[in-house]
Amino acid sequence: MSKVDLSVNLAGVRMKNPVVVASGTFGFGREYGQFYNLDELGGICCKGLTLHRREGNPPPRIAETPMGILNSVGLQNPGVDAFIEHELPELKKHDLAIIANISGNTPEEYGIMCEKLSAAGVDMIEVNISCPNVKAGGLAYGTKPELAAEVTKMAKTHSTVPVMVKLSPNVTDITEIARAVADAGADALSLINTLRGMRIDINTRRPILKMNTGGLSGPAVLPVAVRMVWEVACAVDLPILGMGGVAKGEDAAQLMLAGASAVAVGTACFADPYAPIKVRDGLGDIASAQGLDKVSDLTGGVLPW
Amino acid sequence: MPIEQICTIVEAVKLNQYAYSFTLAVGDMVKKGGLKAGQFLHIACGEGLLLRRPISVCVCGEDEPEDTARIVFEVRGEGTRWLAQRQVGDKLNVLGPLGNGFSITPDDRLLLVGGGIGVPPLLGQAVYTAKKAAAVLGFRSADRAMLVEDYRECCEAVYLCSDDGSLGRHGFVDAQLKDILEQDKDFTAVLACGPKPMLKNVARVAAEYGVPCQVSLEERMACGVGACLGCAVQMADGSMKHVCKDGPVFDAKEVDWNV
Repeated sequence: MSKVDLSVNLAGVRMKNPVVVASGTFGFGREYGQFYNLDELGGICCKGLTLHRREGNPPPRIAETPMGILNSVGLQNPGVDAFIEHELPELKKHDLAIIANISGNTPEEYGIMCEKLSAAGVDMIEVNISCPNVKAGGLAYGTKPELAAEVTKMAKTHSTVPVMVKLSPNVTDITEIARAVADAGADALSLINTLRGMRIDINTRRPILKMNTGGLSGPAVLPVAVRMVWEVACAVDLPILGMGGVAKGEDAAQLMLAGASAVAVGTACFADPYAPIKVRDGLGDIASAQGLDKVSDLTGGVLPW
Repeated sequence: MPIEQICTIVEAVKLNQYAYSFTLAVGDMVKKGGLKAGQFLHIACGEGLLLRRPISVCVCGEDEPEDTARIVFEVRGEGTRWLAQRQVGDKLNVLGPLGNGFSITPDDRLLLVGGGIGVPPLLGQAVYTAKKAAAVLGFRSADRAMLVEDYRECCEAVYLCSDDGSLGRHGFVDAQLKDILEQDKDFTAVLACGPKPMLKNVARVAAEYGVPCQVSLEERMACGVGACLGCAVQMADGSMKHVCKDGPVFDAKEVDWNV
């Protein structure tokens, strides 16, 4: 089989392959970096950062569901300054796109974090307006077009690197938010964040998660992700990082055909730490089998009825 | 450093109606990886389940052609039900070694306190401190007892308790622990594993008699390596630690027992 060019360009950020690891599933790379060289990855969306350290939600934070996982971690993180001091230098030793993920309580907090992270030299900032597990900010920004636009503008004003806004699937019409964010100047979009869900222990009648509800990820959400990436790709002219349930090359190829320029692998790592590498290789094999010179030729190639 | 290892089941024994003991060939995970009892293996349980199941190592040792590790588990749900159906010769996909294990030396005189499925991870500690340890083993009832003979072989003394009085002393392990410490406080550490309410009581008694106490905790876990921050435990200082990376063994003084 011929050698396929795996490199992609996401809003000006060049990556040697289209596989990124999804925020919140891969920490800052240290843990899975014990299993393989992080240079294998196209990029990393780092664990979500807030201006100040957060301890996150009380346990239990994890519940397994049919082909999925609910989580309510609640943005536990060391804070943006600790990330810049302790984690970023380690990541910079590797050849991969470093994408910092941020959540703020106010638009101003997003601005401060964007300034700090731009100065520190991350390759891209992923603006999380869609965390379902925190009360302040989080999802509220992701479900109201005017608030999403305000946060996007603030992030853009204070960033010198491309800004990618992460969209929530917990809305009636995701294209409405996508348009608002695009009009506000976002350089790229990432989707989907987790879908809100709940699981109940029928004997104790208690929800498994201490926060009662959490965010659903894993193969169960893949068709929702494919649909939403397709809808957003039809609605706005921005590059998309597609994610949601990707576990193998075929899943990634679906998201790319729907319109994604790159894909993120998340929950699949929990079962198989090597999942991102297998997705990358699987994508290459698919592109090769289809006679494509480069994997980026898949992007937007769906032939809808 | 943890690795992914395909492990063959070399021995499979049903200990009672609920508990199974598997001995796995684990490559050179003991020799090279430094695997020790009290750490855990993260085991993939079939194709239909996304999450691996964390199972503590009961005892392990260097061996030829491969090192071996014994795990003991109860059937609690779908994953462990799948696991229980595996047989000698079957292969398991395992991540390990994971977690910290107990901090002890061979010279320690340990007081081991295990409840239910918390009994197995302490066996390796008794083996390590050859015949000097005392063990308090608690079970819901006699039909749930396990590993009692194994403990008798490698402990100085073994005390049995059951919730319903069908085996040994009628009552909880912390009452037995109190009686032992009342007679003899000359233990270097109390090591405990079991349900959280039991651990809370054990930690309180150990503190009362001034004996350092280490506890092995459980929490619903996803990645097993410290990346997802799922298996959080609240610490007395208000911070969150994680069973998979910071534990499963914690100093009892550090844990917030009031949540």
